[in-house]
Amino acid sequence: MAGTITGNKGLQQEEALIFEQNSPGRSGVDLPAPDAVASRLGDAARTAPIGLPGLSEPQVVRHYLRISQKNYAIDAGMYPLGSCTMKHNPRLNEKMARLPGFADIHPLQPESTVQGALALINECARWLTTLTGMPGVAMSPAAGAHGELTGLMTIRAALEDQGGPRKRVLVPESAHGTNPASAHMCGYTVEAIPADETGRVDLAALKDRIDDDVAAIMITNPNTCGLFEGDMKNMSDAIHAAGGYVYCDGANFNAIVGRVRPGDLGIDSMHLNLHKTFSTPHGGGGPGAGPVALSEALVPYAPLPYVVAGEDGFHLVEHADNADGKPYGRMKGFHGQFGVFVRALAYMMSMGADGLRQASGDAVLNANYLLAALEDDLSLPYPGPCMHEVLFDDHFLKDTGVTTLDFAKAMIDEGVHPMTMYFPLVVHGALLMEPTETESKAALDGFVRMIKGLASEAKAGNTELFSEAPRHTPRRRLDETTAARSPVLRWRPGPD
Amino acid sequence: MRFLPLSDADRAEMLAAIGVPAIEDLYKDVPEGLHLAGPVDLPFHAGELGVGRDLAALAARNLDGGSAPFFVGGGVYRHHVPAAVDHLIQRGEFLTAYTPYQPEVSQGTLQALFEFQTQVALITGMDVANASLYDGSTGCAEAAMMACRVTRRSRVVLSGSLHPHYREVTETNARFLDLRIDALSPNPSAPEDLAAHLDEETACIVVQNPDFFGRVRELSALASACHDAGALLIVVVNEIVSLGALKSPGDMGADIVAAEGQSLGNAMGFGGPHVGLFAVKGRFVRQMPGRLAGQTVDVDGNRGWVLTLSTREQHIRREKATSNICTNSGLCALAFSVHLTMLGEAGFTRLAELNHAAAVKLAERLGALDGVEIVNDTFFNEFTLRLGRPAAAVVEAMAGHGVLGGVPVSRLLPGEAALENLLVVAATETNTEAEMDKLADALGGAL
Ligand SMILES: Cc1ncc(COP(=O)(O)O)c(C=O)c1O
Repeated sequence: MAGTITGNKGLQQEEALIFEQNSPGRSGVDLPAPDAVASRLGDAARTAPIGLPGLSEPQVVRHYLRISQKNYAIDAGMYPLGSCTMKHNPRLNEKMARLPGFADIHPLQPESTVQGALALINECARWLTTLTGMPGVAMSPAAGAHGELTGLMTIRAALEDQGGPRKRVLVPESAHGTNPASAHMCGYTVEAIPADETGRVDLAALKDRIDDDVAAIMITNPNTCGLFEGDMKNMSDAIHAAGGYVYCDGANFNAIVGRVRPGDLGIDSMHLNLHKTFSTPHGGGGPGAGPVALSEALVPYAPLPYVVAGEDGFHLVEHADNADGKPYGRMKGFHGQFGVFVRALAYMMSMGADGLRQASGDAVLNANYLLAALEDDLSLPYPGPCMHEVLFDDHFLKDTGVTTLDFAKAMIDEGVHPMTMYFPLVVHGALLMEPTETESKAALDGFVRMIKGLASEAKAGNTELFSEAPRHTPRRRLDETTAARSPVLRWRPGPD
Repeated sequence: MRFLPLSDADRAEMLAAIGVPAIEDLYKDVPEGLHLAGPVDLPFHAGELGVGRDLAALAARNLDGGSAPFFVGGGVYRHHVPAAVDHLIQRGEFLTAYTPYQPEVSQGTLQALFEFQTQVALITGMDVANASLYDGSTGCAEAAMMACRVTRRSRVVLSGSLHPHYREVTETNARFLDLRIDALSPNPSAPEDLAAHLDEETACIVVQNPDFFGRVRELSALASACHDAGALLIVVVNEIVSLGALKSPGDMGADIVAAEGQSLGNAMGFGGPHVGLFAVKGRFVRQMPGRLAGQTVDVDGNRGWVLTLSTREQHIRREKATSNICTNSGLCALAFSVHLTMLGEAGFTRLAELNHAAAVKLAERLGALDGVEIVNDTFFNEFTLRLGRPAAAVVEAMAGHGVLGGVPVSRLLPGEAALENLLVVAATETNTEAEMDKLADALGGAL
């Protein structure tokens, strides 16, 4: 393909780094000259320049607009990234979070001046406890992984109170990487539990490993294969009988919201990714929020701070001395991801009890529709019905010379973000598709046609279509090996 | 239900294609008795108008920073954010993208992260910065744990003037690991001899600059003492704008910087979401927590960016990862970066001067009041007052007059008689002379 003089391709503009657009002294912000004052910086005043580039406002706006156009996004199209729940992000959420009464308040203002904010946290907690059927929720964790750590620490604090922390946490092989990492950060040894031939936790193997040294089992339900763990209650009973607790990774709660309550499954602690199930945007990596629902047994150990409703209004309990229970500590500065709570509450209020139930049903319907439409073209390791996501493996690519990765890159050329690949680890070459409830039937039909087309191209031996993909993107396949071998993690001025 | 595209006709057609009569039949793996028969006991769906009205009513019950003379700091600061920042971060391509796992369709996020990492490295004076952590407090805890890994030691010394929440988060993270945290007691009136607490078990000293009471310090001697003892120096920065006026932690010899980036680009938002900045000396890169964007080339030889060194991370390394962090503060990091790009060197340093000048003027004004003593010898944009009576009651009284006058130290460090009368007051470029007059009047009246 002939290139252009500039390297630009029509609407796709090449864009230099901000550091390469530097005009020293220029600024995109007009600030008055400061009054002369006697410095109080002592001997710590800066003496050397920093090296930040100077750009004007139009340059800055153009820069970020141009680079934004090199991103795929849920606003642009279907984003079936399994486990990540890329659903539509309502703009009302954003508008509400920016009300000055929410955005322009300080976490350490007197309680009397933030009663609306405390009421909002309380209300968000009420929705979450009602939906989970669990009596309490620790609101402060910053994301799912942080919620896992919080939940496990709550369990550990309870166990210590009862005599000893125990040593091991049992985690299924199919679990997300954050699960073992969180258990390790809580001082536990991680023991992997195999999956059975249906893609679920092997109940017998689990029961075999449970003894009075196991602090908790950490189960994802629905699990990362997109399947409901029907034995959840039995697993809970088994660990409870041995004096341990049940942690549930709630990343997939979106399949069962308003239909199944985790509290009824014997779960003691479960995080909720508000940035998945409750529609807050993922922002290219974050921020999120990971409130942790807690059972009766664990509520007393919940970390600080939390909101309580009193006769004279809402109060924040920020110190152990004022707490009713035995909080084990503090996970985060201030009071949690408040701006994310505003967004999630706006979403929950918009959807309502009826809409949330319909949403989980539609999410499951959409995934099963993909399963039914694609099971003859791809390969299905575990039979359906599935929950909110459908897992395929790379068996259908056997002997084609095309890998799961190649297949994903060809999807990019077709204008759709690939599904999650190579996760979970329990099947070979995993392709995990989560359409979410915010995709229309027409979008799913288009997706199915595209996947069927690619699958038949692969089987027909058209390997170049895949090995050369993507061809229509701002950049083509990038050299990740060199990136890791000789890391360049920041810009530095050139030799001139 | 405006977020659900499927019509009943679609649903019927799709169920027929699947071969089941109803959506409920897809839940057949849920055991009998656990499937709720109908909606839970919460309100039903509502339109934008209704939701907007209810939430606006809650927002109206808060006193926002634009409606009151505002001097609250203590780890979160009220600054002016240029209009372009919010406009740019709300572009759907940034707002509604996931983590850039597919680099070919994520060059926007990746380039922005590479620029962000560079900006953070420059202002902190460090070699490398990551793509963000949740916030400053969790970054502080990560830094302490990282120092223990790097030095293979297990004792962490925390300065007494570290933000109390940062101390608590660090203590909590260490609580169930074999780490010992020695937190010195807070004393705003006397210098702290941190070096005297070094021993051969000490992995690191954690010191905040400007500290919780607002004091600024030259830390080079402390850095040398740490290094002589085989320990690392971790510098925490709450108010990132200070780095426009202060020597960078890197210049003073810091090994790890854990900072809060809220002041640039991000609203106070009642405490979150904010953005943890995390920067290290180059030799520690492979021990860092969090994501890293790195530069490379594509098959056509064009420059591009990818997430890299991910063998440190949980999705590859599982329980051996350097941290469990996955979702970070991507969009807040973008806001930070856009704001700093708008400012540039000239704007950033001037913003810092404006903040310092505002604080100096405010200190003069408040120090002249009867019954008010300025505790600090040095400060940037925040300082501590000793009042003639407990600060919490004074702040409450000022709030009654519509003035948000600062953070009583007892809010964060309760039950310490020596700290009860201390008030931490912050001034930024947003404060006018008229607001300073109102604060002085309110404070004078409340004493
Ligand atoms: C199954 C599962 N568990 C845990 C997590 C971690 O959540 P977060 O990224 O919010 O920390 C994720 C998200 O990536 C996930 O998919």
